[in-house]
Amino acid sequence: MDETRPIRVLVAKPGLDGHDRGAKVIARALRDAGMEVIYTGIRQTPEMIVEAAIQEDVDAILMSILSGAHMAIFPRVMALLKENSVDDVLVAAGGILPDEDVPAIKALGIKGCFGPGTSTDEIINFVRANIQADRLTADV
Amino acid sequence: MQNLVERLLDGDRRALARMVTLIENDMPVARRYLAELHARAGNAQIVGVTGAPGAGKSTLVTHLVRELRHRERKVGVVAVDPSSPFTGGAILGDRIRMMELAGDPNVFIRSMASRGSVGGLSASTRDVVRAMDAAGYNPIIIETVGTGQAEVEVMRAAQTVLVVTAPGMGDEVQAIKAGILEIADIFVVSKADKPGADQTVAELAMLLSLDPTRRQRDKTTPAWRIPVLKTAAIKDQGIRHVVDAIQEHYAYLVESGMLSQRAQRQVRSEVQALLSHALMNALQQTITEDEWRTLIDDITARERDPYSVASQLQERIGLK
Repeated sequence: MDETRPIRVLVAKPGLDGHDRGAKVIARALRDAGMEVIYTGIRQTPEMIVEAAIQEDVDAILMSILSGAHMAIFPRVMALLKENSVDDVLVAAGGILPDEDVPAIKALGIKGCFGPGTSTDEIINFVRANIQADRLTADV
Repeated sequence: MQNLVERLLDGDRRALARMVTLIENDMPVARRYLAELHARAGNAQIVGVTGAPGAGKSTLVTHLVRELRHRERKVGVVAVDPSSPFTGGAILGDRIRMMELAGDPNVFIRSMASRGSVGGLSASTRDVVRAMDAAGYNPIIIETVGTGQAEVEVMRAAQTVLVVTAPGMGDEVQAIKAGILEIADIFVVSKADKPGADQTVAELAMLLSLDPTRRQRDKTTPAWRIPVLKTAAIKDQGIRHVVDAIQEHYAYLVESGMLSQRAQRQVRSEVQALLSHALMNALQQTITEDEWRTLIDDITARERDPYSVASQLQERIGLK
């Protein structure tokens, strides 16, 4: 990605748990890495997240979820992105994601799963390495 | 495949979103698109919302949008938050309060980082508004960064300026006398459910009574009396009156001829900004990084002075 413009990231908290300390730490770390971070706040529906991602034209969506509802919410988010023909946005997830669910999550097209103990550098590097380089110039 | 401008004019939200990205990053193609969009814009009322950090701007904007939706308006919002002066990064948090509006296809919200601009907006805010205007959003609300005393740039981008202040900022009423008080078309005292709201209203009304029509430089046009309105968004109180006042102000601007006056002033400052940007670029291209370093060393060593250096450099593009 052309680093002459800031990378735009949506940090979203789907589901009903209100524990957003992790999401805020990630948002802050990405900010300090020079990215523009749109933070949605807690208790977002998949519809809200996808609409925000479209309007904000973000390069990446990072979802944090601790409630265990990931297998209900993530498929819906991915389906809505597809419905709206959004195919150039990197999607990753963090929070409490049991190991046995990770293959299923990745099969949805969610590129990264980050559990407790992940370093913020790892996430920053992941975003930089995996967003689509031609997003700015490609037609939508 | 239709081009981006056609799709934007057809109401494609993704086309508008991508257009904003191109504009915000000053991509070469953006100016060509903007030239086309300019011809199709000019229908929207542009409303600026400004005030100190935490005064309640985002909450007010959210409720204004909700009320405007009841009135079947298609609303655009541009919300600006500050960029870090050190890393260039930003946390854009205005959306948190506005998320309830997401999912309504007749509301388009875009967060922008200020990217080094200091007037409360970002350099491309006006052009982003132009794109939303061409896409049929009306009104378009610009929420500035939390402002202090002198961030008045919003008056050059908006037609109607709301200044939001919260109770308990009593000293601030004194502090805002000089800068922000002068640019308000409508005052909103937010958080009216908190103690002290009536006092804040009274103080503002008193300040205004000293010069209720201070923006009325031309005595022949009718005056606009700047209203001071109380809102308690949490109880959904006062919001309708604010929307009424916004609509009344627009009618006033049209009838008094102020709308075209403001537009002319804004166009002048916009072309001037484009010119100074172009001149700066032309100048920068004549100076190499090595030359900069030598010049800066000379000036810091006091062997040369900044004035003669600047004058020598500007001659390179024919400026004496």
